Amino acid sequence: MATASPAIRVDGLRKSYKELPVLKGVDFEVAPGSIFALLGSNGAGKTTVVRILSTLLKPDGGTASVNGFDVGSEPLRVRESISLTGQFAAVDDILTGRENLVMVGRLRRLGNPRETADELLDRFGLADAGGRRVGTYSGGMRRRLDIAMSLIGDPPIIFLDEPTTGLDPEGRIEVWNEIQKLAGDGTTVLLTTQYLEEAEKLADRIAILHEGTIIVSGTLAELRKLLPPAKVEYVERQPTLEEVFLSVVGKQA
Amino acid sequence: MTTHVLSDTGVMLDRSIKHVTRSLDTIITVTIMPIAFLLLFRYVFGGAIQANTDNYVNYLMPGILLIAIASGISYTGFRLFTDMKSGIFERFHSMPIARSSVLWGHVLTSLVSNAISVAVIIGVGLAIGFRSSAGLLAWLAVAGMLTLFTLALTWLAVIPGLTASTPDGASAFSYPLIFLPFISSAFVPTETMPGPVRAFAEHQPVTAIVNAIRALFEQQPVGNDIWIALAWCAGILVIAYALAMAAYRRKIT
Repeated sequence: MATASPAIRVDGLRKSYKELPVLKGVDFEVAPGSIFALLGSNGAGKTTVVRILSTLLKPDGGTASVNGFDVGSEPLRVRESISLTGQFAAVDDILTGRENLVMVGRLRRLGNPRETADELLDRFGLADAGGRRVGTYSGGMRRRLDIAMSLIGDPPIIFLDEPTTGLDPEGRIEVWNEIQKLAGDGTTVLLTTQYLEEAEKLADRIAILHEGTIIVSGTLAELRKLLPPAKVEYVERQPTLEEVFLSVVGKQA
Repeated sequence: MTTHVLSDTGVMLDRSIKHVTRSLDTIITVTIMPIAFLLLFRYVFGGAIQANTDNYVNYLMPGILLIAIASGISYTGFRLFTDMKSGIFERFHSMPIARSSVLWGHVLTSLVSNAISVAVIIGVGLAIGFRSSAGLLAWLAVAGMLTLFTLALTWLAVIPGLTASTPDGASAFSYPLIFLPFISSAFVPTETMPGPVRAFAEHQPVTAIVNAIRALFEQQPVGNDIWIALAWCAGILVIAYALAMAAYRRKIT
């Protein structure tokens, strides 16, 4: 890990909207094949970082490279290396699920976009819904389709901007499983989230973005060391409402 | 990159044509008002209007077609606005595609859907007595004139589509354009209008376009009108395209 060049490198990134500074010098690196979580509250600037890394926004200062390509000088190379799943599912409501996938496949110049679409519909449990207009899908289905669209063309790096915001517990677990599978296959995942639990469950490394800078970053174990060592306490553990919900609807976390 | 422009634009065109064909109500809303005007002027006002013509439907037709196009292009603004808001615009822009294809897909779709509206209205016109002795060449000239007019207004529609903050704002700009034919030679000869109104009517683009198309339908010499009409359309097209591209660049950086 230490010898491989980073999949994403961000150095001194700064960005202001009018007079309001959002990023005041953000630095981090993401190792290839890992899941990196950018944790922060609403308005911390997570989406701004993702938009800069996906060439949608130009930074005011600092540098950023993705897959070894500078976002400012080689945006096309960056776009060939990434896929963005934005905060709101970027799917076409008027088209069917299959048509959405075929469209992205054609734009990515796949040889057989239809075949790829069918494989992805299967993999994401949308095979039955593939012929229906996306406007009729539930929130979880839309998000799964959104992620499926991002996987077309096997980009080595995937940005997921708050992928589970607004999903019900089942939908969230489905998305988590997919993210873990992706990283298992060697894809680098940059994930932003405001849910501590999500970062804890998925990420190899976590960085906390607060008031425009990364205030801490490291593995979960390293972050835990920032606090005094754990004390042993006896508490009666009640099942959480989430565990109750999932057990009555018959799903496993 | 340039080799991709055509294929990417093809994918975008395919997508937005599906939007048109799956919401045929947009064709109906676009054609119903011009058809209502056509019937109103033919059967209600027509008898009282002295247009020095033995077939008032023939006289009306060019102006009615321009009204249809002016109202049809508002949907381009609306569809573009919806794309901007839904996040699919950002998905496309973070992909390795020819970015210009995103706008051209909408513009070409506007040409197709307006051609359908024009065909529907000519069909209704034929049913209530529209007749033209024009040959193939004259019909091609009319089609070319209407295409250029549509293209110019569509690029005009792209500007509010990109910059509006509400869907109403994205489409409202077409109302004054719909009104323009009423202060032109579209329904009554400009000689009947009082001085200043007549001066406006005779020097705005619709009069030249209407006169040119009317002359082509009637197999009369087109005179200077066709050159003035072409100059207006080309001028509007160049300026609207420049402004639209400027608005687009501001949006994507």
